[in-house]
Order: sequence, then C-alpha cells, then structure tokens
Amino acid sequence: MIFIHIKRIVLGSFVSFWRHGVVSFTTIMVMVLAIFMVGSLILFQVLLTSTLDQVEQKVDVIAYFKLDAPEDDILQIRELLLRTSEVNSVEYISRDRALEIFKDRNSDNALIASALDELGDNPLGASLRIQAHSPGDYQSVDRFLREGGFSSIDKVNYRDNELVYERLALVLSVARQTGLGIVVVLGVIAFLVVFNTIRLAIYTAKDEIGIMRLVGAANWYVRAPFLVEGAMHGVFASVFATLMFWPLTLWLGPKAKSFFGGPDLFIYYTQHFGSFFVTLLLVGVIIGVFSSFVATRKYLKV
Amino acid sequence: MIYFDNVSKVYSSDSVALDSVTFAVEPKEFLSLVGHSGAGKSTLIKLLLAEEKPSSGNIYFESIDVHELSRKEIPYVRRKIGTVFQDFKLLPHKTAYENVSFALEAAGRDDAEIAADVPHVLELVGLADRADHFPHELSGGQQQRVAIARAIVSKPDVIVADEPTGNLDPLNTWEIVRLLGKINELGTTVILATHDKEIIDTIGKRVITFKNGRVVSDDKKGKYRL
Ligand SMILES: Nc1ncnc2c1ncn2[C@@H]1O[C@H](COP(=O)(O)OP(=O)(O)OP(=O)(O)O)[C@@H](O)[C@H]1O
Ligand SMILES: [Mg+2]
Repeated sequence: MIFIHIKRIVLGSFVSFWRHGVVSFTTIMVMVLAIFMVGSLILFQVLLTSTLDQVEQKVDVIAYFKLDAPEDDILQIRELLLRTSEVNSVEYISRDRALEIFKDRNSDNALIASALDELGDNPLGASLRIQAHSPGDYQSVDRFLREGGFSSIDKVNYRDNELVYERLALVLSVARQTGLGIVVVLGVIAFLVVFNTIRLAIYTAKDEIGIMRLVGAANWYVRAPFLVEGAMHGVFASVFATLMFWPLTLWLGPKAKSFFGGPDLFIYYTQHFGSFFVTLLLVGVIIGVFSSFVATRKYLKV
Repeated sequence: MIYFDNVSKVYSSDSVALDSVTFAVEPKEFLSLVGHSGAGKSTLIKLLLAEEKPSSGNIYFESIDVHELSRKEIPYVRRKIGTVFQDFKLLPHKTAYENVSFALEAAGRDDAEIAADVPHVLELVGLADRADHFPHELSGGQQQRVAIARAIVSKPDVIVADEPTGNLDPLNTWEIVRLLGKINELGTTVILATHDKEIIDTIGKRVITFKNGRVVSDDKKGKYRL
C-alpha cells in the first residue's frame, strides 16, 4: 500500500515536473542564481579568511639582544616563549644572520657597504622574531619579556607598534564580522528570492490543489509531489551552479590570487569539489522542499 | 443518508445563498434540485462536500456531521460522493485518462483495478478515443463527460451532479440522463441539480425547488414549475 503510494507520487512528480515545463525551468533558473550566490559567498569567505590570516602572520614582535648576549641565553628564552600559550612561533636570528640580511637588503647601496667594512666588527645584535596566535596576544608576550628579568635583552619593539597592534586586532575582527554579516544578509536574500519564486509557482497550481482535495485526495498525497518537485528543482539547480564555478574559478582564480594573495580558487574548487557540491546540493534541496512545504500549506485548507 | 438540518449560508449580508434549508435524502433515491440561477444549488453541494462552511445548521452524511470532521477525515467522505462540478474542475496538466484515474489512485486502489475501470467508464461516456487528450484539447461537452466519468468511476454511494448536461447536445444530454438513471437503478443515490425543464419532466422523480435560497416545494413525483 505504502509502496503503491510512493510509486505513484514519485512517478507523478516526474510527469508533473516535465509538464510544468516553463514553470520548472524558471524556478530552476532562479534557484541556480541563488545557489550560485551561496557558492560565491563560500568562496568569498575562503578568500577573506585566508587573506586575513596572512595579514595576521605578517605581524610579529622582535626582541633585540645586547651584542654580548650569550647564544645559550637566547635559545633558553626561545624555549620559554614557545612554552607559553600565546606564542605561535619564534624565529632565532643570530648576529651573523642579521648582518647577512642587512647586507642583502642594502646590496645596492655602496655607502653602507663601505661603512660596514670600515667598522670591521659586526654592529648588529641577535634577535628573536616572535609570532603570537592573534594580534591581541602581543601585549602579554611583551610583558613576559620585560618582566621576566632577562638581562641580556636590549629592547623589545612592542612599544613602538603598540597602537598598530591594537588597531590591527580591531580591524581584523571587524573585517571577519563584516564578512560574516555580508554572507548572512546575501544568503537570506537568496533564500527569500527562491522561496517567493516557488510560492508563486505553487500559487499558479492552487486550483489544482483544491480540485485534488475535492475529489478525495488526502493532504499528504496532494502535497508530496510538490515536495518531490521542489527537491528535483534543488538537485538540478545545484548541479548547474556547481558546474558554473568550473570556468569561473579557472578564469578568476589566478587573478584573485595575485590580488589578494590568498589561495588559487580554482585549486580550492577542485580540491574541495565533493564537499562544495554536497553543500550546494543540500542548500538547494532544503530550500526547494521547505519552500514547497510552506507554500502548499495555505491551499490545502480546502 | 444525507440530511440538511436547518442550514443557512450567508456569504455576505447582501448575498444569502441558503436560508433555513431542511431536507433528507434516502438511500437509492433520485433527487433533482431545481431553481433559477443563483438560487443556491451549487452552494448546497459545496456545503455537502465541506468545501464551504454553513453559517448555521448541520449537514449529515451517513449520520456523520460533515463539518465536525477534521481535514484528515474529510477525504473519506468525499471518496464516497462522486461529484460532477458545474465548472468541471478537471486537472489541467492531466489527460482525460489521468483525471479519471487520479481519484482512484489517491484512494489507494490497486493498479489492476484502475487499468480495468478507467477505460470502461471512458467508453461509457463515449470518450475512449480521447483518453490521452488534455482538458484544453477537449470541447466543453467532452470535458463535462470526463467530469462525469470521474464521478462514477469509483462506484460511490452517492453521485452529485451539478448541471451535468449544461454543455451537451440533446443526444449526449439524454445519454447522460439515461446513464444516471441506470446508475440509480443499480442502487446508487443520485442528486441532480439542473435548470432543464425537459429533463425534470421526463425523469418524474422527486424534485426540490429552490427560490432565493429557500425550499419552496418538495414533491415525490415532481414537475418543473418555476
Ligand atoms: N463565494 C461567494 N461569495 C459571495 N457570494 C456567493 C459566493 N458563491 C455564491 N454566491 C452567491 O450565492 C448565491 C447562490 O449561488 P449558487 O452558485 O449556489 O447558485 P446556483 O443555484 O448554483 O446558480 P446556477 O444555476 O447559476 O449555477 C448567488 O446569489 C451567488 O451570487
Ligand atoms: Mg450552480
């Protein structure tokens, strides 16, 4: 009995999907746009997050050591730093390495080169380049270095940049929240557009729904084909939208990469193809079924 | 088997469709409802099918108060009443065959039964060769005959026909009237709403006459008199 009903509903849905031709097509088109928007928002989030992460990674605090600081002391401080929860990484730059970098950077400046030669001795101290997990953590790193009583430390550059760190922490969190806000708002708009399109499509079928009720069909029997159709629209639309991202990311990926410095979107797309498609598929099917469910409710009251 | 108990239907203060209507229909009866346009015949049928709610009074079908039923229970009553609607109410995206089979499918009849019965009734109303046509590909009279086929195919306890011959030529009209008579002889209650004087006078069965929503006469062997 149940199977007869399921068979009839599924079969009926396919036939009605086909016969509603124009309406099915329009609904799918609108859904493609909406799902495409959702997909774009996902990629936007990927790009934004990785860009912000990169900015965050460019921030550091440098502890400069006195010229005569023993290397053992420095390495010991490095160990201590790595053990704290705020610190992500610590890079040791020895005196020789510092000189090398300095020379490298000023290789085309003959004046500086000759001045160094004149000095004979390496005037640069060793340093530790410290990266915290988030910009807000640098204050406690700074306090740790200053209040730890490390006599070999000459200077910590946190003070010079304190304001920048605070600003940056704020900007990053605002950027993240704004990004999320944009995603939510556009996502809601996409949903509303699809929801109302399906409502309109089902409005055109309201007389049919009434007739089915009047000839003795149960509510669920009338409603089920609309839900199946809604799911079918979602499936077609999400397949379509997912495929549209292929040429788009192929074209846009390298450009976005050079502009934002984030990952190549095409590589992201191909690597995450499965989860990307499943996400869009779920979005499409859920919106399709949900909208059809709500839209049929009103006309079933016959 | 059907009992209208002091039923009134007021759509709005200037549109009173039924006014204190009381009558009963016995099993196997053939009842004609007669009245001018706007007398309230279609409204009466809508109330019986629970498509509209009465403003006051009760309507019983097999001693069930139709308007006490939940939306889940209503289909069971509707399946026992085969209805020919005045405006046909065919499903536009279904063929003649599918329109007739739909109600059977919804009621959970099995495939073999449907495959046997649907062609049979389409044959009966003379539309065997139009089974695969959609309503918009059929003439008014053909659509009306599809509606009749749908009403009788499930062998309901009652057939309610609202102006079922309105779009038919005399030959088809008599075919349908004869068909309804035959169905009635086989034990089905028939309720027929019509303006057609000739039909009423020929049938010679019970006639209830309506005027402005009121019952003005109820004759066992009625004639058309308005
Ligand atoms: N939905 C509605 N809203 C307001 N008034 C209505 C509505 N449906 C019917 N009426 C009114 O109720 C009265 C009875 O209408 P009904 O359709 O029952 O008449 P009828 O006897 O079937 O007429 P006909 O022979 O023309 O089909 C009419 O005056 C009509 O205008
Ligand atoms: Mg009428």
